[in-house]
Amino acid sequence: MEANVEATPSSPESKQPQLLTLLSRLLDTILVPVLAVFSALVIGGLIIIVTDATVYAAFREEGVAGGLVMAWQVMATAYGAMFSGSLGDTNAISESLVASTPYIFAGLAVAIGFRGGLFNIGAEGQLLVAAGASVVIGNSIQLPAIIHLPLALLGGMLAGAIYGSIPGYLKAKTGAHEVINTIMMNWIAIRFFSWAFTGPLRRAGGDAPVTDEIYRTAYLPQLFEGYRLHWGFFLALLIAFGIWWLLFKTTIGFEIRTVGANPNAARYGGINITRITVLTMALSGALAGLAGASELLGLNHFLAEGFSPGFGFDAIALALLGKSHPLGVVLAALLFGTLRNGATRMQSIASVPIDIISVVQALVIVFIAAPAIVRWIYRVRTKSDVEGTTFTRGWGA
Amino acid sequence: MSTATMSAATSVIKEKRSVGMGIFFLVVGLAIVVLFAINSTPDMTTTFGLNPGARTNAPKVDDWILPTRNALWLLAIVVSFIGGWQLARGFKRVNLALLVVGLVFVFAFLIWAARGTSMNLLGMISASLLRAAPIGFGALSGLLCERAGVINIAIEGMMLSGAMVAVVVASLFRNFDAVHPVTGAPLFPVWLSNIGRTLDAYNLSDAVPWYLLLGLLGGILIGGILAAFHAWLSITFRVDQIVSGTVINIFAVGITSFLSQRFLQPIQALNSGGTFKILPIPGVSSIPIIGPLFFEQRFIIYLLFILVIVIHIMLFYTRWGLRTIAVGEHPKAADTLGINVFRMRYINVILGGMVAGIGGAYFTIGSVGRFDEALTAGKGFIGLAAMIFGKWTPLGAFGASLIFGFADALQVKLQGLGIDQVPIPSEFMLMAPYIVTMFVLAGFIGRAIPPASDGIPYEKD
Repeated sequence: MEANVEATPSSPESKQPQLLTLLSRLLDTILVPVLAVFSALVIGGLIIIVTDATVYAAFREEGVAGGLVMAWQVMATAYGAMFSGSLGDTNAISESLVASTPYIFAGLAVAIGFRGGLFNIGAEGQLLVAAGASVVIGNSIQLPAIIHLPLALLGGMLAGAIYGSIPGYLKAKTGAHEVINTIMMNWIAIRFFSWAFTGPLRRAGGDAPVTDEIYRTAYLPQLFEGYRLHWGFFLALLIAFGIWWLLFKTTIGFEIRTVGANPNAARYGGINITRITVLTMALSGALAGLAGASELLGLNHFLAEGFSPGFGFDAIALALLGKSHPLGVVLAALLFGTLRNGATRMQSIASVPIDIISVVQALVIVFIAAPAIVRWIYRVRTKSDVEGTTFTRGWGA
Repeated sequence: MSTATMSAATSVIKEKRSVGMGIFFLVVGLAIVVLFAINSTPDMTTTFGLNPGARTNAPKVDDWILPTRNALWLLAIVVSFIGGWQLARGFKRVNLALLVVGLVFVFAFLIWAARGTSMNLLGMISASLLRAAPIGFGALSGLLCERAGVINIAIEGMMLSGAMVAVVVASLFRNFDAVHPVTGAPLFPVWLSNIGRTLDAYNLSDAVPWYLLLGLLGGILIGGILAAFHAWLSITFRVDQIVSGTVINIFAVGITSFLSQRFLQPIQALNSGGTFKILPIPGVSSIPIIGPLFFEQRFIIYLLFILVIVIHIMLFYTRWGLRTIAVGEHPKAADTLGINVFRMRYINVILGGMVAGIGGAYFTIGSVGRFDEALTAGKGFIGLAAMIFGKWTPLGAFGASLIFGFADALQVKLQGLGIDQVPIPSEFMLMAPYIVTMFVLAGFIGRAIPPASDGIPYEKD
């Protein structure tokens, strides 16, 4: 603190108490994300109002005042349903945490990709492949739970890691952009499992494209009786901590971050770019794989079409919202899980299609990626946001 | 690295690649023998139909009958010869040889797949063209943007939005006198009915009614608007172009699904826009084989042909096009010459968005006439791959999209032939375009070099 004062004798901040500096820095970091989410929800609410026929009817029959009242009511019902459905009672909270679990893993996957300068849109395919591996391990052999569960989880992780490392290797060796390759691999995985569900993986004794259920010994156990919340949630928190430690406290993490920030500097510093690129994608794939494996082992217990409602794509918004920091990702994932859980309730009570959440997410990303828009709307002046951050580079290496 | 070692290194790579190619050709020839020729009996024949399935102006052409086994052996020998030549002397234009070998292999595959039975070859090529159309529009869209230096990954989202807007607008003007199924009251306001009625009376032709053209216009407009947003984010705010593109994709998927569930599913009158019918061009459509293929198509396919040619001319033969290329390669130099880099990029991105909008309209008013959620199924991204495959040229992009379209059409045809005739599950055939894309991106056809400042926001200092 004394060094600060000597270095900048005339700066007003040096005269502020340390707590206030800390608070102002905290405010800087979370102000834009919070405003972004708030703005996105407001716009989402506007869309709900604008597309509701009862609002127009109210405007026609009762005039402007009546119409506005109706509009407010529509929005209140919708968001009221969302909040009660996501946080209203213990069951709702449990469901929100259940919904957050895959988001934490997938968000970490994309975040670690961003840290390494790679855009992993392939989380969707990676988690599907991992779920496939886990379901096969889970339903084909019987082992004591103490081995079966970790084996299924590890199998999923490994499958995701391998699936993710392929685009990484292609990027490192040929410069092929990972965005298109991961999207292609998503589709390949989806088609492959479409076939597998009607072929080798199909449940015996029926025509439905679903797999056999896994044995009970491979289940991720529930935390409390009667609630769907499973140990995958705490595993996610643990892994988030592990990733934080990896990224910021180990050499490998440093290398990953350097390659992401400035590959030329990394090469000059002697870091093997190929190795780190493949490793980053493999880690990313492993994390996405955990998303799939935990969902399967803790929740569904068998695999079928439509396993993932787009975890991989939502994860992009999460990683951006959380600024690619594990803590931020966890918080963002909790938020998104809550929102998605609430949106289900919103759909059933207020009959608002659940896709409004995708719109809200997209708006969140817009406001995060272009903080200037948020600042312009709210006339906020923050000094720490990075303007025009480049997350990835062009097509060629 | 000195120039001497650099050229030595590149020539070693070239050497390795040409030897690798030669071996690859020989392997393909062997594959034709082992996979196809051996699996056919000496008396089998393959019949290729050469007439379009529908009513046509062209004279009927006799079917082309081939002796299966002999034809396959002949093709295998041809490919092996090419492979041997590549190993011994090496072709100057290896990629051309690769293309020929690829075509021969595909032809051999078709002969084998239709062994003992018949297949409508012309129908297959026509189907390839139809399936290539959205990919082609996507590729052209990406091309316009990237030549100016802006990566447009939002083609998928633009197409999806274009699809929905096109069908809704077309439905509005087509079903103007639709009534509520329960109450019987007219669904749409009177002014709309009046406009719709007037338009109906003045149709240019049955194949290109006004309501479809208006739908097309709607698709173009929404494509342009989304592109303008993408341009605003990535050029003015210098947001990472891939992020801003992904945002538009997520947004488009969300809002189209939302609106589809809210409005299109309950109100069917909003989701039946009709489709472009076949519009034969008098005269040229009477040429056997070529006529029906190129000149007896729907209006939107003619648009594709026209766009490919127009963009080619505009890009390489006009001042505007050369400026675009300059802006994409070296914006700083272009700027010092007085070219407004920001304006060129904005215009090109918006034009690209409009083309993507047309591509989107193809999915609805160009083929099935109604919108289903996520009906684009990744075609926008395949369009990007086609653009890279075609080395950022309109003709190349068109050719590449034909290849992808062919893979798609082949998959449908093989499903029709049955799993016994061709023991490959249809899902694996569906995977083929994606796998081919990955091979293309990995440089299988040589390094694809994008415009130099692709993806880099321009900063004026």
